[in-house]
Amino acid sequence: MTGYDTYAPERETTQGKVFTVTGGDWNDVVSGVDPIHDERIVVNMGPQHPSTHGVLRLVLELEGETVTEARTVIGYLHTGIEKNLEFRTWTQGTTFVTRMDYLAPIFNETAYCLAVEKLLGITEDIPERATTIRVLMMELNRISSHLVWLATTGMELGALSMMIYGFREREFVLDIFELISGLRMNMAYVRPGGVAQDVPPEAIKKIRELLDFMPKRIKEYEDLLSGQPIWLQRTQGVAVLDVTGCLSLGITGPVLRSAGLAWDLRKTQPYCGYETYEFDVPTQPEADVYARYLVRINEMRESLKIIEQALDRLKPGPVIVADKKIAWPAQLAVGLDGMGNSLNHVAKIMGQSMESLIHHFKLVTEGFRVPAGQVYIPVEGPRGELGAHVVSDGGTRPYRVHYREPSFVNLQAIPAMAEGGLLADVIAGGASLDPVMGGCDR
Amino acid sequence: MTDSVSGGRGLFGVSGSGDTSGFGGLVRRTRVPASLGRPVGVEEFDEVLDGLAEALSGGERTEDEVEPAFASFDEVIERIVVDRGELTLHVKPEAIADVCRTLRDDEGLRYELCSSVSGVDYPAQDRRLHAVYHLTSMTYRRRIRLECAVSAEDPHLPSVTEVYPTADWQERETYDMFGIVFDGHPNLTRILMPDDWEGHPQRKDYPLGGVPVEYKGAEIPPPDQRRAYK
Repeated sequence: MTGYDTYAPERETTQGKVFTVTGGDWNDVVSGVDPIHDERIVVNMGPQHPSTHGVLRLVLELEGETVTEARTVIGYLHTGIEKNLEFRTWTQGTTFVTRMDYLAPIFNETAYCLAVEKLLGITEDIPERATTIRVLMMELNRISSHLVWLATTGMELGALSMMIYGFREREFVLDIFELISGLRMNMAYVRPGGVAQDVPPEAIKKIRELLDFMPKRIKEYEDLLSGQPIWLQRTQGVAVLDVTGCLSLGITGPVLRSAGLAWDLRKTQPYCGYETYEFDVPTQPEADVYARYLVRINEMRESLKIIEQALDRLKPGPVIVADKKIAWPAQLAVGLDGMGNSLNHVAKIMGQSMESLIHHFKLVTEGFRVPAGQVYIPVEGPRGELGAHVVSDGGTRPYRVHYREPSFVNLQAIPAMAEGGLLADVIAGGASLDPVMGGCDR
Repeated sequence: MTDSVSGGRGLFGVSGSGDTSGFGGLVRRTRVPASLGRPVGVEEFDEVLDGLAEALSGGERTEDEVEPAFASFDEVIERIVVDRGELTLHVKPEAIADVCRTLRDDEGLRYELCSSVSGVDYPAQDRRLHAVYHLTSMTYRRRIRLECAVSAEDPHLPSVTEVYPTADWQERETYDMFGIVFDGHPNLTRILMPDDWEGHPQRKDYPLGGVPVEYKGAEIPPPDQRRAYK
């Protein structure tokens, strides 16, 4: 619209164009203004958005369909877990750290417990069975976590059936967890000194069942997705991040391996005896979302291999350290609502031994002291390097615990992946990082 | 191999009332790992320390230089601590970015990945706020910890985001939680807490908060006010 309009004169102000409408049709007035011209659109995606994996907020600046700038806003799920830990005993700490990355509770617990054990200097004293159970649980957890990734990413990119199948198998893994620890998630199962209780025979049977059908199911997922034109178009060549980009942004885990670098802490800096297991580190050269999908699929297969080996070497024995000053009463009864009391233990301390009662009281209320110092324990979580930096001042409570959370660090890659791409690819790129906001915000 | 510092008195954290526990006179001593001189006696760590010293003093030494130019190493490294098989270097705050750059770029060191940046608060110390960096050398499969101590009154140290872009969010979190200001950071704002939040929650003098809970008629105080063994 050019020239003076008697019905709707316009003038420029600092706030933009202002029309003074005195008559005529509103549609006529605005039709002269090109809505796209010189217009940046800022879209706020989240924090409540089904494809942001929780409460992630993205502020996207768009030119048409192209993202020119992406800003990630986090902190909506900050619960002060690290601060809370400083007010509980060392053993109670597992109950808190397990709630950080809620899709990978066993990894949080294991990193924390390995750190506490290193501070205590009892790393060598952990029974072999306990370490094997930890490996077993971690790999089961890796499968369940990757299944959630596959399920939700499938859903976000239009493969709704994948969501149903992914959650179906994940539920089976969670059933195994429930059999072993009494809880599906946030189990606080790994404890400083070992694990809370032994694996029951029914669970072994169920894990064998999983080993039996899972390879076929993984094949089914691949049949469902790998050749699917929509899946290929949504993932191939999307959100590429090469090794240089990954390293400078600190990205580890499947995303780094999808760029071709076989960096897996289970191989490169082994812990929990991973050097004695036989497995490969899957990599892909393409560095796109599709490569990350393939890496995760293959990692599930490798995890199955490790689980099988762990089952075979599961020899009878104690599951918690022999030192009674550290070991909490193991072999608790599993009730409907998780781990309950150990009836034998209660009978002993309440009915037979005064000393045991005193000892139990001291251990549970006061806890144990951990010699002063600090350690950093990295483990290979489903999302990358999960590091626990644990500081002790010699007291009965952690002085400081900091988690190097792969979700937190990896989310920094979103601008690098999204800017210059299409709006729809922001979803694919963000999902391929597999962020869990509980872990990210802690 | 250890320094002893006082870990406080008593056992129950009682203050302001008479001591009925009988443990009030107990003085607890905490043993912390002592500072070492070079060489530290662990081959792997000495290799790193020598490499760092050489790189800091300006590259390869010539034949006729008998006395190595370690002046520059001693200037920037305040303490060397080896504890539980982990190497910690306490770095002068103003030198942290340079030390990181050297650790990343030197061929014999190659700490390509900055795994973690966080903080620890030691209120008893003059320079109470410690920024802690965990670096990983993927080439040599080694790890190292760097620590920088600054005071709460002047909590400034250079940002390492130029060297390690991944430190961006982690420095923001450390600023958010401890109030350590990383000079040169592109966008040092709060990240986990709301923008208008007051105080820095991970400092030791920041209360945990919480409300008392009534259970079966008895009132249980919030966790930070409960009586607890120290």
